[in-house]
Amino acid sequence: MKKFLINLGLLVMVAVAVYVWTLLPWFGVLGLAAVFAAWLLLSRTGRQASSVTAVGVSTLRQRIGSSSVIVIGIAGVVGVLVALLAMGEGLSATLQNGGRTDTAIVLRGGSASESASVLVHDDVDAIEQAPGIARDANGKPIASAELVVAANVSQKGSGEEANAQLRGVDDEAWALRPGLKIIQGRKFKPGLRELDIGQGAAQQFAGMDVGDEVKLGTESWKVVGVFASGDAYDSELWADRQTVSSAYRRGNSAESVLLKLTSAGAFDGFNAALASDPKLKVEASTTADYFAKQSAGLATTIRIVGLTVGIIMAIGAVFGALNCMFAAVAARAREIATLRAIGFRGVPVVVSVMLETMLLALLGGLLGALIVWLVFNGYTTSTLSGLTQVVFRFKVAPHLLWSGLKWALAIGFIGGLFPAVRAARLPVTTALREL
Amino acid sequence: MKYLHLIWAALFRRKTRTILTLVSIIAAFLLFGLLDSVRVAFTAGNSVDGAGRLIVNSRMSMQQPLPESLGARFSTVPGVTEVASANWFGGVYQDPKNQVISFAVSPSYLDLYPELVMPADQRATWDHTRTGAIVGAALAKKYGWKIGDKIPLQSTIFPSKASGGNTWTFDITGIFHAKDEHSIGREQMLMFHWKYFDENNAFGSGTVHWYVVKVANPDHADVVAKAIDALSINSDHETKAQTEQAFQASFIKQLVNIGLIVMSIMGAVFFTLLLLTGNTMMQAVRERTSELAVLKTIGFSSHSVQAMVLAESVLMLLLGGVIGMLLVSAIVPRIGAASGGMIPVHGVSANTWLIGVVLMLAIGMVVGWMPAWRAMRLNIVDALSGR
Repeated sequence: MKKFLINLGLLVMVAVAVYVWTLLPWFGVLGLAAVFAAWLLLSRTGRQASSVTAVGVSTLRQRIGSSSVIVIGIAGVVGVLVALLAMGEGLSATLQNGGRTDTAIVLRGGSASESASVLVHDDVDAIEQAPGIARDANGKPIASAELVVAANVSQKGSGEEANAQLRGVDDEAWALRPGLKIIQGRKFKPGLRELDIGQGAAQQFAGMDVGDEVKLGTESWKVVGVFASGDAYDSELWADRQTVSSAYRRGNSAESVLLKLTSAGAFDGFNAALASDPKLKVEASTTADYFAKQSAGLATTIRIVGLTVGIIMAIGAVFGALNCMFAAVAARAREIATLRAIGFRGVPVVVSVMLETMLLALLGGLLGALIVWLVFNGYTTSTLSGLTQVVFRFKVAPHLLWSGLKWALAIGFIGGLFPAVRAARLPVTTALREL
Repeated sequence: MKYLHLIWAALFRRKTRTILTLVSIIAAFLLFGLLDSVRVAFTAGNSVDGAGRLIVNSRMSMQQPLPESLGARFSTVPGVTEVASANWFGGVYQDPKNQVISFAVSPSYLDLYPELVMPADQRATWDHTRTGAIVGAALAKKYGWKIGDKIPLQSTIFPSKASGGNTWTFDITGIFHAKDEHSIGREQMLMFHWKYFDENNAFGSGTVHWYVVKVANPDHADVVAKAIDALSINSDHETKAQTEQAFQASFIKQLVNIGLIVMSIMGAVFFTLLLLTGNTMMQAVRERTSELAVLKTIGFSSHSVQAMVLAESVLMLLLGGVIGMLLVSAIVPRIGAASGGMIPVHGVSANTWLIGVVLMLAIGMVVGWMPAWRAMRLNIVDALSGR
C-alpha cells in the first residue's frame, strides 16, 4: 500500500514536472542548470552526489549495450520529431514569406483562394481606382491584376506529371514584390509567349532552363528568365496576363488584384471604400493575412502528425530507458547498498542515477539533432498546396533543435526517476546479501 | 508446443523487465500500424469496381473546363460502354472551414459507380427533382441532414443566379451508402444535377470539368484512352484520359512521398527496437545461465535449449506486436472518422497485418539469435560452477 502511494505520488510529480518543463523558456532552463551545478559543487550532499555519479559514469563502459539503447532510442525520437517539425516550419515559412502589410490582395467575395475567385474587367478597373493605392511617377496606380492556372508539366528525374502554378501578371507585378529578383535571363515581354520561372520550379520541373521551349497545354512557351524570391512564388511560372488569359481562354477576367497601399495604415480606408461600392462584391486582405491563412491548415496538419509520431516514439523510448536503468541499478545493487551502509544518504543516490540517465539522454538528443541538422537542413522537396505544387526547404530552426533537446531531457528524467527511487529505497541488508 | 508453458514462465521470470520491453514493442508496432495504414490508404485504396473507369480531363490543366458536347463523341469510341461528366463545385456549409466534397454530375454518373448504393425510390425522386442533391451517409450524419431537408451551400467558385450571391439551395432527396470498406471515403460526397448547375451558374456554361468513361474490358483501358485523346487532338480543348487509379496516384505522388517518410521513420524505430529487445534477451539469458545448465543436465539437448531461447524472443515480439496492431485496429477507424474523410483509413488491411507479422518474426529471430547460440554452446560444468 505504501509502495503504491509512493509510486502514485511519483507519477503525479512526473506529470507536473514534465508540464512545467515544456513551458520553461531557455533562460529558465539555464537558471535551473546553474542552481543545480552550484548545489553539486557547494553543498555537502551535492558533492556526495557528484562523486557517486562519477562512479556510475565510470562503469558505463561495461554497460555499453544498455547505455547505447538509451542514447540511440532517444536520438531516434529527437531525430524524427525535429525532422517532421522542420518540414512544417519550412513549408509555412515558404507560404508566409511573401506576405507584407503594405500590399493588399482583392478577391471576389467568399473566395478562399485565388483559383476560386473571378473578377471581371469592370471589377478590376473599379478596384484600381479605389483610394489608398500608391501611385507611380506617372500617376498610374501600382496594382497588378493576376490570373493563376494549374499547368501540366513533368517532374525532373521521374518524368511524372505535376501541376505547376502558371501566373499571368501585369507590368506592376515586379514592383509589388520587392523581394523578387531576376537571377538569370530577363523579364518576359508582354504579348509574347515568354515565361519567367521561379528557382524552385526550375529545380523541380523538367525542361525549365533559360532558352528552353516548354509545352504548356497546346501552346509552346519560351523560358527567358529565372527569378528568386524565397517564398511560394519560387514554385511558379510567370507570364504576361493577357497572353495566359488567351491561351487558357479566360477572356478579359482576372482572379485577383494585388496592389500597393500608400502605407500599412491605409488598408482600413481602402477596405471601407471597396465595401461601400454597391457594384463590387469583393474581399480585400493584406497579403500578410492572406498568406498566413493559406498556410495555416497544412502547417497545422504536419505539426499534429509530427507530434503524434513523436509522442508514440517517446513512450517507447521512456520504457526502453526505464528498462535499462532498472537493469543498471540491479547490477549495481551491492555497490549502492555499500555506499548507503557507509553513510551516504538517499538523495545523492537518487541524484546520481538520474543524472546518469539524463546525461545519456542529452547525448542521444544531441546526436539526433546533429544528424537531422546535417541531413535535412535546406533539403528541398515539394508538396501540393491546393491544386498546384509548392517547392520548399526543410528548415531546421534553432528553436526546433532546442525543443528536441528538451524532449530528450524529459525522456531521460522520466526514465531515470523510477529506477533512482528504487535504488535509494533498496533495504541495505537485503541488497548486501544478494548475489 | 509442449514446452510453451516453460517458455512462457521463462519470459515472465522478471515481470517488470518483460512488461517494460513489451510496452516498447507495442509502441513500435502501434506506430508501424498507423503509418502503414495511412500509406495503404493513400497508395492503393482502389476497389475492383474502379477498374475500367477512365477519368478524362483537359490536357492543359485540371481546372480547365471541357465542352459538354464532347461526351457524346466519347461514347462512339469502340470499347466505351458509358460516359458521365462532373464539375467541381467547391461547396462549404455554413462556415468556410466546413468543406463539402461536392460535384455537379450528369444523370448517368451514379450508374458508373456501382459501389455506391441508394434505394430505387430515392433515385427516382432525385432524377425528377431539379434542385435535388444526394449525399453520402457519412456526410449526412456529420451535419444531421435528412431526406426532405432544404440546405444552403456556399460555393467558393460559382455565384448562383437565383440568389445573386454564392449561396445555392438544394433539396436532399437521397442518401447513398458505400457497398464495401474500400469506397467508404465516397460517403463524404454530395452530388447534384449538372443541369441545375449549368442553368443557375452566373458564368461559364455548357462546360464540364471531367468525364468518367466506363470501358467494357479493363485490359483495353489504355487503347481506349488513346482513342479518346485522339478525338480532340490539335483542337483547343485537348483531353487527357487515364485510368482512375493513375489519376489518383498522380495526386498522391505530388502530395508527398509518403512511402519514403514512412520507411525512414520505421527504419529509425525498428533499429532502436532491435537494440532494445536484443539487450533484454541478452540479459535474460545471462542471468539464467545456471538454469539453462540444469535443463541440459536433466537431458534437454543443446538444440532444444537453443530453440527455446529463440522461441522466447519470437514470442515476446509476437505478443507485443499483436497487442500494438490490435490497438491500431481500434484507433484507425476513429482517425478516419475524425478527419472527416480527409485521411481515407477505415481499418488495418490484411497486407499491413502480413508485413507486421513478418517483421515480428524477423526481429524476434534476429534478436534471439545471439543469446540462443550462447545458450546452445553453454558448457554444463562451467555454467553450474558459475565460471
